Amino acid sequence: MDALIQLIFFLTLLTLGYVFGKIAEKKHYRSIIEREKQWAQIPTTSGRRVVGTDREVKGVQLATGSVVISVDYFKRILAGLRNIFGGNVQPYETLVDRARREAVLRMKESCPQADQIINLRLETASISKGNKNQIGSVEVLAYGTAVYLYPAATATHP
Amino acid sequence: MLLTNTEEIPGKRITAFYGVVSGSTVRAKHAGRDIMAGFKNIFGGELKGYTELLQESRDEAIRRMKAQARQLGANAVVNVRFSTSSVAAGAAEIYVYGTAVTVE
Repeated sequence: MDALIQLIFFLTLLTLGYVFGKIAEKKHYRSIIEREKQWAQIPTTSGRRVVGTDREVKGVQLATGSVVISVDYFKRILAGLRNIFGGNVQPYETLVDRARREAVLRMKESCPQADQIINLRLETASISKGNKNQIGSVEVLAYGTAVYLYPAATATHP
Repeated sequence: MLLTNTEEIPGKRITAFYGVVSGSTVRAKHAGRDIMAGFKNIFGGELKGYTELLQESRDEAIRRMKAQARQLGANAVVNVRFSTSSVAAGAAEIYVYGTAVTVE
């Protein structure tokens, strides 16, 4: 009887995780794609120099964006099975992908007036390590230098 | 206080170096946030409590780094790097470091 209750409990968690996780992921991806289009106006590079313009630099500022995202119960079980058979752990691939893109978007949103963001760096950390459950959630921090330029017409030479 | 994560500041010239400055914080989350995170582990999605926690600790670490740089007489920190590590279950260490400089 006890085993049956446990099984029902487990299956309920699995179903809840599957349904809500799927809805959350779809919604998140929709919002990411929409906002990526909206923020495409701020070019971002991982290089060190301002690219594609000869306008004078007006100012710089450190820009950061971060997010912590957790995987749902269903995917965690699925990933656990993957550990037996080996291969791509797709549930975690989408988790990290979502987290990275979200972090970059938040970084851009933190400096909406910037003309460019250079020297983009991404840092990934798992903060729930040490708990008895495995990875589960990741933190991604995106940071870079936001560059503000003078308008082309009024460029002044010091 | 100017912060960048590039070696030099575009459009400005560095006149003096003061060496490495750093700041760090270790923070634990409170129980309420932990319970919410437990639910999120079933449904998936963003752990807002954790995001805020790390944001606050990062701001604090930056503040400490800036204070150290100001003490040295610098007016900018270049080549800023962040690093995050979990020192214990439920506590995260945020470390930020950079090179203190003077720019004209």
